[in-house]
Amino acid sequence: MIHFHQVSKRYDNGKEALLNINFELDQGELTFLTGHSGAGKSTLLKLIMLIERPSGGRMVVCNQDVAKVGRSAIPYYRRQIGMVFQNHQLLFDRSVYDNVALPLIIAGYRPRETGRRVRAALDKVGLLDKEALNPIALSGGEQQRVGIARAVVNKPQVLIADEPTGNLDPELSAEIMDLFDQFSQVGVTVLIATHDLGLIARYDHRLLSLDQGRLISDGFDRPDHLQPHLHERGF
Amino acid sequence: MAPKTPAQRTAPRGATAARTTFRQRFDSWREHHKEVALESLRRLLATPLPTAMTILVIAIALSLPAGLYVMLKNAESISEDWDGSAQISLFLNFNTQEQQGRKLAAELARRDDVKRTEYISREQALAEFEAQSGFGDLLEELGENPLPAVVVVYPAVTDLTAAESLRTDLDQLGEVDLAQLDAQWVQRLYAILDLGRRLVVALSMGLALAVLLVIINTIRLAIESRRDEIVIVKLVGGTDAFVRRPFMYTGLWFGLGGCLVALLLIQTVLWWLDEPVQTLSALYRSQFELSGLGLRVSFLMLLGSVVIGLVGARLAVSQHIRAIEPG
Ligand SMILES: Nc1ncnc2c1ncn2[C@@H]1O[C@H](COP(=O)(O)OP(=O)(O)OP(=O)(O)O)[C@@H](O)[C@H]1O
Ligand SMILES: [Mg+2]
Repeated sequence: MIHFHQVSKRYDNGKEALLNINFELDQGELTFLTGHSGAGKSTLLKLIMLIERPSGGRMVVCNQDVAKVGRSAIPYYRRQIGMVFQNHQLLFDRSVYDNVALPLIIAGYRPRETGRRVRAALDKVGLLDKEALNPIALSGGEQQRVGIARAVVNKPQVLIADEPTGNLDPELSAEIMDLFDQFSQVGVTVLIATHDLGLIARYDHRLLSLDQGRLISDGFDRPDHLQPHLHERGF
Repeated sequence: MAPKTPAQRTAPRGATAARTTFRQRFDSWREHHKEVALESLRRLLATPLPTAMTILVIAIALSLPAGLYVMLKNAESISEDWDGSAQISLFLNFNTQEQQGRKLAAELARRDDVKRTEYISREQALAEFEAQSGFGDLLEELGENPLPAVVVVYPAVTDLTAAESLRTDLDQLGEVDLAQLDAQWVQRLYAILDLGRRLVVALSMGLALAVLLVIINTIRLAIESRRDEIVIVKLVGGTDAFVRRPFMYTGLWFGLGGCLVALLLIQTVLWWLDEPVQTLSALYRSQFELSGLGLRVSFLMLLGSVVIGLVGARLAVSQHIRAIEPG
């Protein structure tokens, strides 16, 4: 579903944020992307969203060669991908319902279909009773769930999240992770960028590790210092 | 974790898109436009003071050329009924006998395009001149009457071009030395009106440009204030057209609102002027009545104003929206 082949990204200022990245994510896979601050996690997600263009290599997302997606095709490309942000990027001039409905309105769904899907997405994240509120009246965890509902309301094939649990306590993080798990169960490819090592240790998902823009490990093993966490979980 | 098989996936988006008919898509498109239009209006009304100021600036800029146009139109209607005030003087040559001259006057009076004629003999002309100018003594010293006989023709036609062609016609007559159309004030008025018309055109163009700039600037500010929203919309797959749309409607509302207020302003001024004009017109025993812009011109003005609004919005948007990208 997501295929990186020798992908590099050099920013205009000469910074090599990613170097010869190779990996492949299958449909329905849930994967963590980790690395120190500045390792290139956000850059990698931006390449998938076509917020940035790779400066080298080949990327195939949802069976499309990303290099062939022209500027005018970007919006349609992005509709296949849901994105969750650390600062959730909600609009505070409208209700929770309207925030979640935005991708559907953009995609031209009819109001009835929009209503059905928005309620289904809000139900999924447990916020059905908050649809009429302004997101500013919600807690951090609730706001993050609104962001997730918006990311999945269009039933994307790929869901990517940049530090989705960044500001949340472990309990709320677990709730969020449960949601991602459920989406991957129904076939959505999920990629979560995080430097929350505790979170990574608590789950047995595949892990991509970046260091200085290079992919230094790819697999289900955890770094040594996280091993105690794994035993706790009886894994 | 093992990857899921495609069968486990929920229906992909494409399947839903295929099920919707053209009709349904059109309905949702129309519904969406209605929503966006109303939303743009709501946003404008949510900040009444800045909105009112922009609308007023547009209205004033539009009402200046439109007001001038109304003035011109009324002046034209005055000049249209100059009837009776114009006359053609035929100066007869000196070897035309009085009897001949009277006969000519009578003949001309029978023409369709002539209402009536009047014969002024050389003696009458001299007497009139002496009475009016007080130079009688001077003429007496000349010993001989230097004035020709005159046939004054009052045209039946009421427009200047017809009168002018009548004059050329009469100028060809053998007895006539010189035919002169005395409609100078009408001619002057025509020249002034022509100048006025050009002024309206120039003013319209200049102020239309001003309105365009006002709209571009206002919408540029609106875009800037909604930067975050534009970024999010682009991230969740909004096309340029989608991002543009609310601002296009903002431009449309400004054009529409500005023009309606301009029409209101003009109507108010006309109403305010009506009484003195009635009084003046009564003093001249004229049937003259102030007329407004008229339905056709009002409609054209509205259309033009809306077009300026849309063009301004489009220019502002294409300048700024591309620059706002997620990153
Ligand atoms: N737009 C940009 N222009 C130039 N350099 C950039 C740009 N964005 C990121 N970088 C640089 O690229 C490198 C990778 O940045 P990136 O944001 O991908 O890191 P990250 O792994 O997400 O870090 P963090 O955990 O702090 O979010 C950093 O050194 C950063 O300074
Ligand atoms: Mg980052």
